[in-house]
Amino acid sequence: MSAIAELSLKDRILEILSHVPDPEIPCVSVVDLGIVREVRGTTLVITPTYTGCPATIAIEQDIRAALDRASMSLIKIETTLSPPWTTDWISEEGRAKLRAYGIAPPAKGAAKHSLREAPAECPRCGSLHTEELSRFGSTPCKALHRCLDCREPFDRFKCH
Amino acid sequence: MPGDDTLFHHALRLGDDALVLGQRLSEWCGHAPMLEVDLALANIALDLLGQATHFLNLAGEIEDEGRDADALAFRRDVLDFRNCLLVEQPNGDFAQTIARQFLFSNWQELLMREIATAPEPRLSAIGAKAVKEIAYHAKFASEWVVRLGDGTEESRSRMIAGLDWMWRFVDELFDPKDGAASLRAEWDARIARTLSDAALEMPKPRRGAMGGRAGHHSEHLGHLLTEMQFMQRAYPGATW
Repeated sequence: MSAIAELSLKDRILEILSHVPDPEIPCVSVVDLGIVREVRGTTLVITPTYTGCPATIAIEQDIRAALDRASMSLIKIETTLSPPWTTDWISEEGRAKLRAYGIAPPAKGAAKHSLREAPAECPRCGSLHTEELSRFGSTPCKALHRCLDCREPFDRFKCH
Repeated sequence: MPGDDTLFHHALRLGDDALVLGQRLSEWCGHAPMLEVDLALANIALDLLGQATHFLNLAGEIEDEGRDADALAFRRDVLDFRNCLLVEQPNGDFAQTIARQFLFSNWQELLMREIATAPEPRLSAIGAKAVKEIAYHAKFASEWVVRLGDGTEESRSRMIAGLDWMWRFVDELFDPKDGAASLRAEWDARIARTLSDAALEMPKPRRGAMGGRAGHHSEHLGHLLTEMQFMQRAYPGATW
């Protein structure tokens, strides 16, 4: 009986959080990005993407506010650093949303050799004929690229 | 407990290194030679400040006297900082900044890789996360060393001068008292490889400047702290 109740609580929390957008890339939710790690009893465990990402504080506040709005003030939020967040945790749905938003998603399973990535796929024309302009972009998680076919610059989510 | 005191100082050193270099790099914000470099230096500074927050919070937790990362960053005077001398050196020109980053990030990457396997779980968690970020910093700095060293006469002479300025602070990074001496051989090999790609020679060995780990800092750190700590000195305890 309690196992069923726990399962449904977890599902309810994940449903609520699937509507909490990332503050800097609002097309994806905190669940899509793999920031939400697990629900343990009445504790929700989250992990930061980059250690210095200023969005980390905003994300926790947004999650807190969403839970409070759903009358879940008793759910505690715990932050863990280990194991460290990786772009491999971004869901398939999240990757599709990023692409539609104009951000090339990171290749799945490429995090281990993040410094030698395959060419990014242009989110506009699909060309692989692209180049990196800067490994550091507008946010810690993105690099700046350019398509050599359609000539459009675009962001790529860095493999991490 | 002596064990805890050792761990406290270990976390403090790591946190102070990241904090001071992060603050130094942020001085470039809006002043870098081009937009991409401005973004890169600001991103690296941000990563370092994030790491500093984790390490200093851990130090405060171990010390157990109610100090958190903010208290340690903003309410200590210069003699209580335990960062290495390298990170507090002035930015100078772009080549000098790159020289400092090149020497430091390559060292920090090796160090964090080791710390990621440390028995203390709170320490290893930060190390495992940081090492992924630092790999980018080391690559960025190494690429610029090659570009400047193997560039024009002007960029080459500036790169040599930058490395020359920073080189005397290298030995302190491998001081056996802090347990990082075992990383020297791999670090030397990395540095030599990049310098060879840059058509530069290894700087001549010289007597290293030491003392940062004991709180004996160069004049530069005090100036950095007056700017960084201004708000808390002028309005103690201010929050917003």
